[in-house]
Amino acid sequence: MFSPSDVLLIPFDDWVNILVREWIVPNFRPLFRALQVPVSMVLDWLDTFFNAVPMLVFTAALALLTWRTAGRGMAIFTVISLIFIDMIGLWPETMTTLSMIVTSVLFCVVLGVPLGILAARNDRVLAVIRPVLDIMQTVPSFVYLVPIVMLFGVGMAPGIIATIIFALPPIVRLTNLGIRNVRGDLIEAAEAFGSTSWQMLWNIQLPLAMRTIMAGLNQTLMLALSMVVITSMIGAGGLGLTVYTGLGRLDVGGATAGGVGIVLLAIILDRITQALGEANGVRTVPLRQTVLSFFRRGAPASTAEIRRAA
Amino acid sequence: MTAKLKIQNLTKIFGPNAREGLDRLQAGDSKAAIFEATGNTVGIDNASFDVEQGQIFVVMGLSGSGKSTLVRTLNGLIAPTSGSILIDGEDIASCSPATLREVRRNKVAMVFQHFALFPHMSVADNVAYGLKIKGIAAAERRRRAELALEQVGLAAYADSTPAELSGGMQQRVGLARGLATDPEILLMDEPFGALDPLIRRDVQDELLRLQKKLRKTIIFITHDLNEALLLGDRIAIMKDGAIVQIGTAQEIVDTPADDYVRAFVADIDRGRVFTAESVSSADPVVLQLGTDTSETAMQSMEDANCNALYVLDGEEIAGVVTYQDAMAASRDDDATLADAIQSDFPTADRGSALHELYGAASSGLPIAVTDDNNRLVGVVEPEALLAQLSGDTSADPAPAAKP
Repeated sequence: MFSPSDVLLIPFDDWVNILVREWIVPNFRPLFRALQVPVSMVLDWLDTFFNAVPMLVFTAALALLTWRTAGRGMAIFTVISLIFIDMIGLWPETMTTLSMIVTSVLFCVVLGVPLGILAARNDRVLAVIRPVLDIMQTVPSFVYLVPIVMLFGVGMAPGIIATIIFALPPIVRLTNLGIRNVRGDLIEAAEAFGSTSWQMLWNIQLPLAMRTIMAGLNQTLMLALSMVVITSMIGAGGLGLTVYTGLGRLDVGGATAGGVGIVLLAIILDRITQALGEANGVRTVPLRQTVLSFFRRGAPASTAEIRRAA
Repeated sequence: MTAKLKIQNLTKIFGPNAREGLDRLQAGDSKAAIFEATGNTVGIDNASFDVEQGQIFVVMGLSGSGKSTLVRTLNGLIAPTSGSILIDGEDIASCSPATLREVRRNKVAMVFQHFALFPHMSVADNVAYGLKIKGIAAAERRRRAELALEQVGLAAYADSTPAELSGGMQQRVGLARGLATDPEILLMDEPFGALDPLIRRDVQDELLRLQKKLRKTIIFITHDLNEALLLGDRIAIMKDGAIVQIGTAQEIVDTPADDYVRAFVADIDRGRVFTAESVSSADPVVLQLGTDTSETAMQSMEDANCNALYVLDGEEIAGVVTYQDAMAASRDDDATLADAIQSDFPTADRGSALHELYGAASSGLPIAVTDDNNRLVGVVEPEALLAQLSGDTSADPAPAAKP
């Protein structure tokens, strides 16, 4: 049977090799190195901090935070989980994973919220950002690692950068969505009283979009958790490494222990951020409107948009 | 008195290539033809009017008539395609964004149909929003917000959230927010449209009470003609973006400009629109207590073709005398005109609405129309009252409308 490859075989892999090895890497290596610096700094600082805090002090602090946000039951769960993690000997790995997650989420917020605000206020910016976010979310997490290793090398910081790229889309999307869903008459009222663009953003749009933004933060956090495990393949540490080593050695027990640690950490962080979004105190329409906009065609928040964000 | 707000040839065309739509409109094309040819919608079609300081100017029209667009051009929320909007001589249509912001902060405030209260702020913070935007310190803001809330009777709710208040209360908060910055002009976009009829009545009275005290220049948008007639010092009626008639309530009800307005005013309660003054004979025949006798009284009544006349004692009203009483007094040698007078006579304020006169008219006696000093300024015959209510102005003895 004839196939097009009989006529012409495109050396696509060679082209990419030439592009990356002979043009991007030699010319832009310093830039990519420089990008790692802030990430490494924050990560090192947090890692040192989390590992320096005594286990019991940290447990007490996290339990208090959970109690204040998610309630008493969740606080008890937190205490038991952390004690369990400590008793199966994974405390240092858990703290490393936590510092990786906090670092990547921090950068996601710093990059994603302003980007979402820009996209919400300018249709042209959204038109540019949206396909980029689509690509970021369709590329499998595994495939990310290839260009990351090429451009950034291996280690903790490249792992975090991969995580940031992977976890960024939801917070951008939901910030955009939250701001666009603020009721038009409220915007009009704020404008009618002579608000500047900044006053509008600060006094009206951000507070009213906060619930949706917090939902985006929650999504970003969950994505970051799943990615920090995968980045153990390019030399990042933490619980992911425990699972990865366990897999490599067919050590079912070790891999399971790492997995349980990740799940427990995920549950605690998920509950805290979810509760933060709800405790935001804004008893308002945005939630209802978000739900309504699922069913409305052509509105700024289309069904596809929400599905992609979720 | 110069106009506070002067609108000249204001036109707004929505859609792409508004310029072409404008040219067609000026060439005399209809709204539908322009939409077909260019896809443009005519929002406002060459509107011009003046609003004087302290007046309530009502813009009335059905939905889609362009009234909401019109009010939004007045504070620049919608930029007009052509024409000018002069507030104290400054053109809002062509000023810079910074100037527009200053105007919005200091001169023009707005009250919205669906209240548009910020749900994440307390009532006091909502009211103080305009002050916060202006950069006024928190303590002063709070003080002025409380003052504004007191004006609308909601001082006790300063720390509630808007969601805790009923619709009527929310709109009072909206009104307080509009008043807090002490603007000269208040734009009200169907502010009572979302309220129940009873509550609407309540806040309408509240607005009139406040207006008596504050004397703001108010542009009030409504689709309810009764509301327009109740509140408006002057009323503009809009249709398809154009203003079809501007006038006082009585002018509009009495002399509708076209069939459209006539159809509108057909069902309204004339008893609430017209005042006692509009049906009173402006220069009534009166008797003087010292000079007239029963006989001259009877003669005057025959001449004036009426059954009763008012008797003045100098400037004061002494009472009313009927033909029968005058005749009885003339037959009795001891009786004078003074004995024939009934001192229990119906009176009405010159500004009171006709529907307040029904009780007084039931006595069958003419009603004395008085001014603020209790002087007689006119007399309303019960027949004239009925003629005005039925809309049959040919039988109206008095000039129908105030100038």
